[in-house]
Amino acid sequence: MTDLLSIQRLTKAYPGVVANDDVSFDIAPGEIHALLGENGAGKSTLVKMIYGLVKPDSGKMELFGKPYAPARPSAARTAGVAMVFQHFSLFEALNVAENVGLGMETPPPMRELAREIREVSHAYGLPLDPRRLVGDLSAGERQRVEIIRCLLQDPKLLIMDEPTSVLTPQEVEILFATLNKLKAEGTSILYISHKLEEIRALCDRATILRRGKVVGACNPRESSAAELAEMMVGEALHTPDRAPGERGEVVLQVAGLTSQHVEAFGTRLQNIGFEVHAGEVLGIGGVAGNGQDELLSALSGETLGPRETVRLRGKPVGNLGPNARRALGMLAAPEERLGHAAAPDMSLTENAVLSGWQREDLTRNGFVLWGKSRGFAETIIQSFDVRTPGPGVAARALSGGNLQKFVIGREILQRPDVLVVNQPTWGVDAAAAAAIRQALLDLAAGGAAVIVISQDLEELMKVADRFAALNAGHLSAPRPTQGLTMEQIGLMLGGAHDMDVAHTDEAHHIKESYEEGRQ
Amino acid sequence: MDLSSINWVLLLASLMVAATPILLAGIGELVVERAGVLNLGVEGMMITGAISGFAIAINTGSVTLGFIAAAAAGALLSLLFGFLTQYLLSNQVATGLALTLFGLGLSSLMGQGYVGIKGLSVPDIHLPILSDIPVLGPILFRHDAMVYVSILIVAGVWAFLKFTRGGLILRAVGESHDAAHALGYKVVRIRLMAIAFGGACAGLGGAYLSLVRVPQWTEGMTAGAGWIALALVVFASWKPWRVLIGAYLFGGLTVLQLNLQAAGMKIPVEYLAMSPYIITILVLVVMSSRGGRAALNAPAELGRSFHASS
Repeated sequence: MTDLLSIQRLTKAYPGVVANDDVSFDIAPGEIHALLGENGAGKSTLVKMIYGLVKPDSGKMELFGKPYAPARPSAARTAGVAMVFQHFSLFEALNVAENVGLGMETPPPMRELAREIREVSHAYGLPLDPRRLVGDLSAGERQRVEIIRCLLQDPKLLIMDEPTSVLTPQEVEILFATLNKLKAEGTSILYISHKLEEIRALCDRATILRRGKVVGACNPRESSAAELAEMMVGEALHTPDRAPGERGEVVLQVAGLTSQHVEAFGTRLQNIGFEVHAGEVLGIGGVAGNGQDELLSALSGETLGPRETVRLRGKPVGNLGPNARRALGMLAAPEERLGHAAAPDMSLTENAVLSGWQREDLTRNGFVLWGKSRGFAETIIQSFDVRTPGPGVAARALSGGNLQKFVIGREILQRPDVLVVNQPTWGVDAAAAAAIRQALLDLAAGGAAVIVISQDLEELMKVADRFAALNAGHLSAPRPTQGLTMEQIGLMLGGAHDMDVAHTDEAHHIKESYEEGRQ
Repeated sequence: MDLSSINWVLLLASLMVAATPILLAGIGELVVERAGVLNLGVEGMMITGAISGFAIAINTGSVTLGFIAAAAAGALLSLLFGFLTQYLLSNQVATGLALTLFGLGLSSLMGQGYVGIKGLSVPDIHLPILSDIPVLGPILFRHDAMVYVSILIVAGVWAFLKFTRGGLILRAVGESHDAAHALGYKVVRIRLMAIAFGGACAGLGGAYLSLVRVPQWTEGMTAGAGWIALALVVFASWKPWRVLIGAYLFGGLTVLQLNLQAAGMKIPVEYLAMSPYIITILVLVVMSSRGGRAALNAPAELGRSFHASS
């Protein structure tokens, strides 16, 4: 049997980095093939070459045994290759049908397209209303738009780039049922992820990439997650250890927090209330776009509210801005590293001053004490193992993981009483992520109250003492993480968003029936 | 003041003529902005179109050739803007302002020999039957061809944006250039075409001033019409037919203040003369303060540079 897609010795180099080095592997017809690797391992570059967005420097590809070198995505689509993007390639101000039409080579007239979308989306258990604006859809529904866009073109190979990072556990289950159905129909799927359990549950074969090279291939159903992780990272991973600390007094109280106005397509916080004790990590989970950014800016002081909504050690601070809150010991590190947590074109020293000038006394009479500031930046670099030539380097020049270590370290070294972080390990390699999680745990062990907002549920299970879910601007009551199952968490996250037709049991049913059919 | 001295039918009839320059420039700028580009050089392109159209019309004796030359000159100037902003990634606001200043200077240089020359006369087209309807006839159906052309352009733009695949792609580029690029659309090429169309429309609008409305060449004769056209696009929430309504409102205002001056209204002439501009500012303030509703309709990538990264 000829392979569906055969990749032979592909190499692609960018200035300063070889993204793909002599990569070869095959995908058989009707198989779900996993491409496993850390952030920066070269997965995205590889699929961009398959999809015609990037031209390889050398090497070749064959589709059904014939040479395949797409110059443009449209050429790839014509050849039967479709792709669901990691960061959705959707247009928020356009409706579902228009979005689908834009991704097709020869779309039928709008009315017919709308009918097809309705039919196909129901057939695969992913119901969609073609007239709705994409900006009003949940993350799970947006992904459905992308998948339907691909399915309408009857692809032979479907590429999925980190499809589950924005889904609740229940939505993941429905997605997997759909993918298994596609596989049963003979479509091959190239599934890109760094989530090991998912790959073990779904995929038939796995190719593992590390620093642009293929370092192994295996049957993920027969390998343990630990083996896969070791192949992916290249070393045994250090799991963060938690010293069982004493829960102290209540440091931060939030009550009745409701956003007054929100940006276009933003989420309104609805009457949010919780308490955090000294020495405790509170994990706040949720799918992206459910109010995480709004919550962070309400806690950091970027958006102001009534005085009484936020209390720090009993003192109302809800109407104080970020600098006043910092002076009182309430610090925050937002999700977006470049442009929010750090000014991209300014040096690390300057970035250290911008956040730490009050608590570290880096200014006098309005003048910056550059010597002392440089010292502070160097301390951060040393204590948090930030790999950079020195504090004079621009923030933009650091890799995601290193900059994140710098940003988190900068706040931790200012000895906060309360630290709020949003997505502390997003897009960070596994080793740096482990270091950041350990630093947050150490900070809590030292008596600070830490709030970790994250979409990575496994991460929250590792670091948090209590867990609360953010869903459409509502925050659930926090529950102790010990003994909490993924199923319970999924329900706290609102279950499957608007899955009126395909219920979870139904998805189970679909899945089982296909598994039976295979045997 | 004697309001009865104003001939209201004549006033309404001249309203369409007064509105046509900003209507043409506004509909062009609307297309540019829907593609995600903010070109503040409308004024410069209009005045360059005004002198190019005037010069060609005088030298060839053909008003039609004049309009064609004006459109070409406006498009050419806008492609300078396009080259700077799309290939060299210069800041769109600064480049647009520079384009306005450059256009004003270039036009007065080109217009040296044309000051004081009387323009050609452009015949009004009396649409058969329709123009004989009392009241409505003189108001709507006894204008020169460009008035109707401008309305056809608005209709064409509306149909293009709403019904065609090309229009959908153009809007998509303005909403998210990264997503459009990921789907394989040529963002820069599409934007350049939109910019050139906007430039051609602005050129036509300018030429309408120098060939029909005035008709002669004076330096700086656009007198801020380009800026009103820019405001018009915001006022219209980026919707073609609202540009038409807005243009006729502003046109009416301009004509009305002239008539009020003639009727001897007892306020200083300067206040009346500045009224269209004051109304423009007021409209922008009101539109922008309505809790982001106007902002919701704005193309998401308006004014942002696109650079394809890997």
